[in-house]
Amino acid sequence: MCLAIPAKIVELNGTTATISVDGALREVNVSLVEEPRLGDYVLIHAGFAIHKWDESEVKELEAIRAATDLREVLV
Amino acid sequence: MKTLVQAIEERARRVGRDVQFMEVCGTHTMVAFRTGLRQLLPANVRLISGPGCPVCVTDVNYIDAAVELCRRPDVIVATFGDLLRVPGSDSSLERERAAGANVRVVYSPTDALALAQECPSKHVVFLGVGFETTAPTVAWSICCAARDGIDNYFVLCAHKTMPRAMEALVKDQQVKIDGFICPGHVSVITGAAMYRFICEQYKIPCVVSGFEAWDMLKAITLLLQQVLDSRAEVEVEYSRSVTEHGNAAAQRLISEVFEPYDASWRGIGTIPQSGLAIRPQYARFDAARALTVRFGEAHVPPGCRCGDVLRGVLTPLECKLFGRTCAPVHPIGPCMVSSEGVCAAYYKYEKRVAA
Amino acid sequence: MKRDRILLAHGGGGSLTRELITELFEPEFDNPVLKPLEDSAVLVMSGKGYAFTTDSYVVKPCFFPGGDIGKLAVCGTVNDLAMQGAQPCWLSLSFILEEGLPLTDLRRIVQSIGRTARGVGAEIVTGDTKVVERGKCEGLYINTAGLGRIQTPNRWGAAAVKVGDAVLLNGFLGEHGIAVMSQREGIAFSTSVVSDCAPLWPLVKAILDTGVEIHAMRDLTRGGLAAAVSDIAEAAGVGIRLDEAAMPIGREVRGACDLLGLDPLAIANEGKFIAFCPGADVERVLAAMKQHPLGKEARIIGEVTADPKGMALMRTTIGGERIIDMPTGENLPRIC
Repeated sequence: MCLAIPAKIVELNGTTATISVDGALREVNVSLVEEPRLGDYVLIHAGFAIHKWDESEVKELEAIRAATDLREVLV
Repeated sequence: MKTLVQAIEERARRVGRDVQFMEVCGTHTMVAFRTGLRQLLPANVRLISGPGCPVCVTDVNYIDAAVELCRRPDVIVATFGDLLRVPGSDSSLERERAAGANVRVVYSPTDALALAQECPSKHVVFLGVGFETTAPTVAWSICCAARDGIDNYFVLCAHKTMPRAMEALVKDQQVKIDGFICPGHVSVITGAAMYRFICEQYKIPCVVSGFEAWDMLKAITLLLQQVLDSRAEVEVEYSRSVTEHGNAAAQRLISEVFEPYDASWRGIGTIPQSGLAIRPQYARFDAARALTVRFGEAHVPPGCRCGDVLRGVLTPLECKLFGRTCAPVHPIGPCMVSSEGVCAAYYKYEKRVAA
Repeated sequence: MKRDRILLAHGGGGSLTRELITELFEPEFDNPVLKPLEDSAVLVMSGKGYAFTTDSYVVKPCFFPGGDIGKLAVCGTVNDLAMQGAQPCWLSLSFILEEGLPLTDLRRIVQSIGRTARGVGAEIVTGDTKVVERGKCEGLYINTAGLGRIQTPNRWGAAAVKVGDAVLLNGFLGEHGIAVMSQREGIAFSTSVVSDCAPLWPLVKAILDTGVEIHAMRDLTRGGLAAAVSDIAEAAGVGIRLDEAAMPIGREVRGACDLLGLDPLAIANEGKFIAFCPGADVERVLAAMKQHPLGKEARIIGEVTADPKGMALMRTTIGGERIIDMPTGENLPRIC
């Protein structure tokens, strides 16, 4: 029910920000997250940032996505 | 070192009996099908889909009301793409658009708000469907309209919330639920603590899962372990996004604009305190009140079993209409047309015709 | 609910388009040349094989990153001919122009058409121009028809696809659709993805020159790869099994698809095609493709199997399996 994707803030204008998902840019509303900053990663749903990620959390997702055949992923 | 799937197989072997885990988020349904992860599960571990698709649980009379609204010459209906093709009693928004009605697909309630500002002579009605993840964004749009005096913006509200629905399923007892895979992004807003009462009162394990296949498999591993340990706790697999208490700003917005009421869920019936209604102080933005919308009878097409499918009582393959009279090109019920409906998932990804 | 009007999805190249063809057009126009419903019709004149095709271009906006409606009008038709193994020779060109269209725009488009046609050795030999009142079409619509000389010894098409064939793809998916979508109002996202619009005959010729017996080719326009493989699997009565890990999808296209909730396999391409050849010869074809600029990123993406009959499946990156569905026809931005 909740397609939400991690995106990087590349521009900030008060309550709106331009986010980038691997180069695809869109304007979103950031009033639901605390102190958004340039370079922060946020989770976007329906045009709003709903959560701010830190570096380690972004790396966690990248590691998960990099894993291919899960029968070979080490637990 | 074991692989994730082996970890599941090993625990499933030790559990021995059949277990059934329910996921209650349409996006989880889709991930499970799209990645083919269901086939990686051992025979005694079944994944069933619950009513986590907000479009699927929206009553037919809501679509009919939206159709009636879009036929009014002074109204523009703005909607998420998910609702466009859902059949009402005799039409859909897609069909109305083809016949000349002003229906716009938007990506965000802010787009609908902007539309209202661009078209001051029209009533712009946003179709507010979705769970706790979407509700704060719609609440924001109403607050913004109030603050900026955008008085031609309205919301036809059908938002619903998860906890009471999950409870209703458990109490229903028609479906065996050995554990819940809890919705990830709803939990980002509400916090994981929301599910604690299910564990404590009903002794059912709950794991909040992310949306990669890896996340769901990890969640299943955790659920199996809880079953083995005879525990019933809330665990957060999706710790990179979900906290104990959630997003306070979003929660404040929801309670500012909405209040709980007893909502009707298609196929399930009325679940107390499971819906969000616009509060009296914002009534002027409530399309139902401000634009005198009449909700007709919510009748279901003959033979349609979406309600039973939504409760996990029936799989799509057991519905006689599946793949025959009901298919994505000519859907009868919302479970087939919604991008997250479980019938659409089966048809699109797994199997084409009823057994 | 009865279907009594044309919906946008009818033009999407997916299941609704298919429905229109089978329920409305085919019964009326039933004849053996039309029946295969491949990218081009095959005509035999004086003992020689020719491919004949037509296409209309209504893309909005007229100018997009990587091309324009003129270039598209030539490439689309030339590529349909190439998919039948035909060298493009003659094109017709019909314009429907909107009153008020700036002549500078029209000149740019006409020059683009000329350049693209010359580049692939095709000649514009006949045409037509109509003008409609302001507001009755968006800038301009173009129709082209094309006639080409078939250069293959065997007849290409779904009917020739055999169990054991390999499936090749010449490069990255989703570029045209995403590039064009980003320019449309109402969607409001931007990307640096550029349309892959290109004439494919030179690459197809390079494949022909290997001497390998090709069984079929299909370009991946509206409906994308998903529509093409579901269609061929059904028409040929075979199973087509693809490997998700082999799918070339660029980071930017994937990012845009994630942002909009779209499936990259269902997005239109204008310079990509799949080819079916015997499994034993696939390496030779692949090598020839990679030598060519339009095939640098070519790869083997799957194979034809006996089962499941009539269906396209994909092995997912996590080792599961799912059906590749024929898209319904409209790419809608979703929240769910």
